[in-house]
Amino acid sequence: MAITSVKNLKEFSTANERFEGAHLLCPGCAHSMIVRELMNCSDDNLVIAANTGCLEVSTAVYPYTAWDTSWIHIGFENAATAASGAEAMYKARKRKGTLKNPDAPVKFVAFGGDGSTYDIGFQWLNGAVERGHDFTYICLDNEVYANTGGQRSSSTPIGSSSTTAPAGRVSYGEKQNKKDMMSIMAASGAKYVAQVSPNKWKNMAQVFQKSLATEGPCYINAISACCTEWKFDPKDTIHISDLATDSLVFPLYEIVDGHELNINYRPKNIIPVRDYLGSQGRFKHLFKPQFEHVLNEWQTRVDAQWDYLQRREAARV
Amino acid sequence: MSLENILSNAQRGQRELGAEKKVGWDEVTQGVVINAFEYDATNVSRELSEDRKYSDFSSYTATVASWRIIKPIYNRDICIDCQNCWVWCPDTSIISRDKQMLGIDYDHCKGCGVCVEVCPTNPKSLLMFAETADGEECLAGWPVKEKKAKETETE
Repeated sequence: MAITSVKNLKEFSTANERFEGAHLLCPGCAHSMIVRELMNCSDDNLVIAANTGCLEVSTAVYPYTAWDTSWIHIGFENAATAASGAEAMYKARKRKGTLKNPDAPVKFVAFGGDGSTYDIGFQWLNGAVERGHDFTYICLDNEVYANTGGQRSSSTPIGSSSTTAPAGRVSYGEKQNKKDMMSIMAASGAKYVAQVSPNKWKNMAQVFQKSLATEGPCYINAISACCTEWKFDPKDTIHISDLATDSLVFPLYEIVDGHELNINYRPKNIIPVRDYLGSQGRFKHLFKPQFEHVLNEWQTRVDAQWDYLQRREAARV
Repeated sequence: MSLENILSNAQRGQRELGAEKKVGWDEVTQGVVINAFEYDATNVSRELSEDRKYSDFSSYTATVASWRIIKPIYNRDICIDCQNCWVWCPDTSIISRDKQMLGIDYDHCKGCGVCVEVCPTNPKSLLMFAETADGEECLAGWPVKEKKAKETETE
């Protein structure tokens, strides 16, 4: 039988797998951890749409599919549109009474990478949220176009070396800061917006269940450590995610109804941002003496953001 | 899956329409649809993997064992069934039933080593060995508990 309790890991482990192995994602990829957990924490019939990206090209390589549920891929940018179209059709057929199983619970989920969410599919996502469809959009945020060889996206953070913003003798890599997608989606009218990380599996499962239960558009930004483009050993995926959440580079928080901000995870020991940056090859050049100012800027920015989040949580605005 | 199956599926769209017939915009055939199951899959979330009838199209029937250069080996004696490896395995390769860890699915494991890193026991109940290593030998030479710094000092 299927269990949807996520109170403890032993209970959760009795869930029935719906995301099959032998997909072609890199060993140690966090994408599949996130997708597996979404599929395991729900018993409902899921209708999943996927943008082009690592997840799409690796899980549906003809003649194989890794998905044990309805799954659709159309173009690079329009998973949000595909999911909202399916949802509108489902509602219409329910109203007309032409569904086979009208009582079966069906949920609509769209997956996108950060390239197709922050850049290419932004308009489509924003439109679907604005129309108020009942679906959940999950952005698998690995901060780079990993599928095509590591080009910068607007999610790439300052100082990261990517193939189109390489670090060198003069340049420290990416110059622009990461787009604040959480605030944008909250302001666009998403009912529930949250940031999750696979190393905090319980918070992630609770957020997934909450967003599936929420009526209306939900946006989830899931941090997906990419061993290939972030340049670390595949076995360290969870360790890197731990560093990301404990250094507050990726604070885990949620925004309900566009205004009510709750912080979901407060690290007991906040570690310096330096430790997080030093663990990855893409930030290696920042530890040269001439780029010291970038490291200081990182720490200041992360501290300021954490301060802002705490004040906003306390103010309830 | 046989080559004939793949080819016949690839030409299905043409067959349905008739190759010579011209079609309007609203008659265009859909893209490729593949079914992961050989039956109505409405209730798969309530069925265990071994009870399902996967079709040849499901990647459950495929293997990525050739990707591996190192493999995890599991020591049942030390395991505390915490299920950390289960929740973080990216390849659905840890087999857990009734809250117990049973073993590793070597058809789908790619040898990333995440399960070993997240294992909390001392010594670890999962360790990476070379792909060619013999399971029995590895278990026989399993490391023993590492003593804490304090205990070593008192000796």
